[in-house]
Amino acid sequence: MNLTFSSNLKQFRDSFLWHSFKNDKVAIVSVVVFLTFACTAILAPVISPYDPYDLVILDIMDSEIPPVWSEEGEERFLLGTDSQGRDMLSAIFYGMRTSLLIGLCAVILQATLGIIFGLLAGYVGGKVDSFLMRVADIQLSFSTMMVAIIMLAIFQASFGTERYNDLAIFMLIMVIGIAEWPQYARTVRASVLAEQEKEYIDAARVLGFSSIRIMFRHILPNTLSPVLVISTVQVANAIMSEAALSFLGLGMPVTQPSLGSLISSGFEFIFSGSWWITVIPGVVLIVLVLVINLLGDWLRDVLNPKLYKG
Amino acid sequence: MSLLQVKDLEVSFKLRTGELHAIRGISFDLNKGERIGIVGESGAGKSVAAFSILNLISQPGYISGGSISYKDHTLSTMSDAELATIRGNQIAMIFQDPMMTLNPVLTIGTQMIETLQAHQKMDKKTAEKEALHRLKQVHIPSPEKRLKQYPHELSGGMKQRVIIAIALLNNPDIIIADEPTTALDVTIQAEIMELLLELCKNNGVSLILITHDLGVVAQTTEKVIVMYAGKIIEQGSTRDIIDNPNHPYTQGLIKALPQKAAPGEMLNQIPGNMPQLDAIPTGCAFNPRCEHTTELCIKTEPELIAKDNRAVSCNLYSERLKHDK
Amino acid sequence: MATFLFRRLWQAIVVMFIISILSFAIQDNLGDPLREMVGQSVSEAEREELRDKMGLNDPFLTQYLRFAKNALQGDLGTSYFFKEPALDVILKKMPATIELVICATLIIVFFSVPMGVYAAIHPRSFVSKLIMGISIAGISVPVFLTAIGLIYLFAIELGMMPSFGRGDTSPLLGMWESGFTSWDGIHHLILPSFTLASIMLPLFIRLIRSEMMDVLQSDYIKFARARGLKLNRIYYLHAFKNTMLPVITVGGVQIGTMVAYTILTETIFQWPGMGFLFLEAVNRVDTPLIVAYLIIVGAIFVVTNTIVDLIYGLVNPTVNLFHSSK
Repeated sequence: MNLTFSSNLKQFRDSFLWHSFKNDKVAIVSVVVFLTFACTAILAPVISPYDPYDLVILDIMDSEIPPVWSEEGEERFLLGTDSQGRDMLSAIFYGMRTSLLIGLCAVILQATLGIIFGLLAGYVGGKVDSFLMRVADIQLSFSTMMVAIIMLAIFQASFGTERYNDLAIFMLIMVIGIAEWPQYARTVRASVLAEQEKEYIDAARVLGFSSIRIMFRHILPNTLSPVLVISTVQVANAIMSEAALSFLGLGMPVTQPSLGSLISSGFEFIFSGSWWITVIPGVVLIVLVLVINLLGDWLRDVLNPKLYKG
Repeated sequence: MSLLQVKDLEVSFKLRTGELHAIRGISFDLNKGERIGIVGESGAGKSVAAFSILNLISQPGYISGGSISYKDHTLSTMSDAELATIRGNQIAMIFQDPMMTLNPVLTIGTQMIETLQAHQKMDKKTAEKEALHRLKQVHIPSPEKRLKQYPHELSGGMKQRVIIAIALLNNPDIIIADEPTTALDVTIQAEIMELLLELCKNNGVSLILITHDLGVVAQTTEKVIVMYAGKIIEQGSTRDIIDNPNHPYTQGLIKALPQKAAPGEMLNQIPGNMPQLDAIPTGCAFNPRCEHTTELCIKTEPELIAKDNRAVSCNLYSERLKHDK
Repeated sequence: MATFLFRRLWQAIVVMFIISILSFAIQDNLGDPLREMVGQSVSEAEREELRDKMGLNDPFLTQYLRFAKNALQGDLGTSYFFKEPALDVILKKMPATIELVICATLIIVFFSVPMGVYAAIHPRSFVSKLIMGISIAGISVPVFLTAIGLIYLFAIELGMMPSFGRGDTSPLLGMWESGFTSWDGIHHLILPSFTLASIMLPLFIRLIRSEMMDVLQSDYIKFARARGLKLNRIYYLHAFKNTMLPVITVGGVQIGTMVAYTILTETIFQWPGMGFLFLEAVNRVDTPLIVAYLIIVGAIFVVTNTIVDLIYGLVNPTVNLFHSSK
C-alpha cells in the first residue's frame, strides 16, 4: 500500500468519519465556532484593543462603562469595562486564552498520568492494580472538585495570596490534572484488560518482546480511541472546573483574568446594574463549553456508540 | 385447517446503508400436534423466522411481505397489544441462552406467576400452585424453594427447564423453541431435548424447533425445513429428508455429521461460507459452494417445486421435472 | 453481612487514617498557632518556651498521635477566628448544609427518574429530544451561572424568591436548626436547592436514559414481551429495577461531587452552611477549622459510601452480602 499524503487524504475523505461529519450540521457548526474561539485565543495579544494585564493604563474613571450598544456606552470599550476600568473585550479574549490553555494543559497532564497508571494497573495487574484502583476509587469518591478545592486551598493558605497569584496558572493546571487522572486510568485499564485477552498479545509475549514494548507499542494504540472520546469532554470539564475554582477565589486572580474570574469579579455588580461584567463572559463560557461538549458527543457516536456513557 | 400458516413471508432490516433482506419468501404450515424443525447454518434466517411469528424481530427488522396466520388471527398485521394476548398464551417461545432469558432481579416465582396472571384470572395462591405443578412437570427438584430463588442461583440446565415450564403455563397450542440447547453443556442437551419432546407429546403441543443440529432434528421432529440465505431450499418429512436428501446443501449437511465419517477420517465439510445478506449470489444462492453447479445455476434462481409431500428448490430437479413432463 | 460490614469498616479506618495524617500534616505546616494565640509583643525566647510547652517541637509522630487521640475524643482543635472548638463551630452549621443536600437530592430524584425513563421509552419523540437537548445545555452551563441566572430571574426581576441567606429557622428536636419549620425557611431553600440539583440533573437524566435503553435491548425484556406481559409492567418493573442498579452506584460516587458543590452553592447564596464556613476559613487561614472540616467531610464520605454500598447490596439480588465471596 502506497502511504503517500495524497492517498491518506483520499482515505480520510472516503472515510466514515468525514462522511458523518459532513452530514452532521451540529458537528460542523460546533467545529467552526470552536475554531473561531481557538483562533481568537491564540491571537489574543494581537487582536485585543488593550492589554488587560497592564495595570498602568487602567483609569478608575473608566470603570463600569456599559457595552457600546447601550446609552452610556463608549466606542472605546465595545463590551464595556469592569469595576477597575479594564476593557471587557480584551479581558474576554485573554480570558478565553487562559481558560483554553488551562483546559488543554490540564487534560494533557490528566491523560498522561491516567494512561501511565492505567497501563500499569491493567498490564501488571495484581497488587499494583489493586492499589492503584483503590487510590483512584477513593479519590473519585471525594470528587475531583473537592480534591481540587482542597489542594488549592492548602496551596493558597501556605503561599499567601501574592505568591499564589504568580503561580496560579501553573497550580490550576497541576491541580486539575491530578484531580482527574482516575477517569483516564480507569478507561485505559478497562481497554488494556480487554486487549490482553486477545491473542496477538500472547503472540507478542511468545516472540519475546519486553513488557514495556508490548505495553506501549501494542496495547496503547488500541486504547487510544476511548481516550480520545473522553478527552473532549474532559477539556470542557477542565474549563468549567477552572471557572468554578476561580469563582471561589481559588483560581486565577482578577489581574490575570480567566473567564471564571471575570464572572466572579462581576457577581456583586449584577444587583447594582452592571450586568455585563458577569453576563458577557458567562455567555462566552457557556458557548465554549457547549461547543466542546457537542463535538465530544458527536465524536463518541462516531467512534463507538456504546463506549462512554458519562 | 392447519394451526399456523406462514405464506411468502419476507423480513427485511432497514439500515443506514440500505435494506437487507433476511427472509426472502418462505411458506410452511403447522398442524396440531405436529413437530417441525427449521435447520440451517448461522445467518440463514431461522431465528428471524421464529421471532417473526410473534412479531418480536429486533429493530430495525420488520415484516416486509407475506402473512402469518394462527387459527383465524392474522398475526402479521396485529398490533403489539393484540399480539400480547396470544404471546405466552396460545403461542409460547423458548429462547436460546437461558442465562440471559430470565430477569436477574426478579424471583422465579414472580416471573412464573406474572405469566399466569397475564392471561388467566388467577389469584396469587392458585398461581403458585400452578407454577409448582409445572416445575414438577419439568423435573425440577425442590420446586417450592426454587420459586423464591433468583435466576443466578440456578444452573443453566435448570434455568432452561424453568423456561420450558413457563412456556407451558398457559397451555399453549404452539411452542417455538429457538436453539434451546445450544447454550447448554453437551451432557445436558440431550436431557433437555428429551424433556421438551415428552412434554409436547403428552400435552398435544405443536413444536417449531429452530436448530443447526440435524441429529436433534432427526430425533424430535416429523417435518423439517432447510433454510439457506433467507429461503427454504428443501422441506418434507424428516424421515425422507434425512434418508434421502435431494438438495446438494442438505446432502452436504448430512455428510458433514460426525457419525457419517469413519474414525480417523477427515470430517466432510461444505466448502465456503453462507453468503452475507448484502452479497447474495445471483441465480441460486448456493451455487458458489455447490459441486453440481451449472451455468443455469448462476443465472436462474430455482423455484421451490413440490412433489410427493416434499419440496426442493434446485435446478437439478427442476431440469429433471421438465424432462419428466 | 458480617464480613461485608467488617471489610467496609476496615476500609473506612484506613481511609480515615490517611485523611487524618494528611490533615495533620496540613495543620503542622499551615499557619502558626502561636501567632494566633499571642500578640506581637512576646519575645522570641518566650515564644520558643511556649512552643516547647505546647509540644510544638515534638517529633512528628508524637504530635500526630496526640492529634489523633484528641480527634477520637472529639477535640479537633480550636478555631482561630471563632475562638471556639472547631468541631462545635462546624456542627452548628451542619444542619444548613444537610437540609440543602436533602432538598437537592429530592429534586434530582423527582425530576431525573421520570425524564430519563420517558426519554428511554420514547427516544424519538419531541419531548425526549427536548429533554436531551436541555441536558446537554445543562452540562455546559457552570453551576454558578445557573445560580446567577436563577437569582436574576426569580429574585430580581420577578421578586418571587429571596436571593440569599437562610430565612427563619427554628430548632427541631432541640438541637437541629431547621429551615423546614417555616414557610420562610422553605422559601429560602428553593433557589439554592435547585441550583445544587442542576449540577447533577443532566448527568442522571442521561445516565438513566442510557441504562434503560440498554436494558430494553436485553434478552429478558424480549422474553417478557414474548410472554405477553403488559407493557407498563415490562417498563416499570422489569426494566426499571435493572436500570436503577447502576444508577445507585453512580449516585453514590456523586455524593462527593455534591458535597464539593455545596461549597460553591453556599458561597453564591451566602448560605450559612459548612461549605461557606470552609471557604471563609481558607481565606482567613484558620487552620484548625480547615482541618476539622476535612476530617468531618472525610467521615461523611466514608459513611455515606458505605451506606450506599449496603443499599446496593440489599437491592441487587445477585450481590450476596450474607456470605463472603468465593
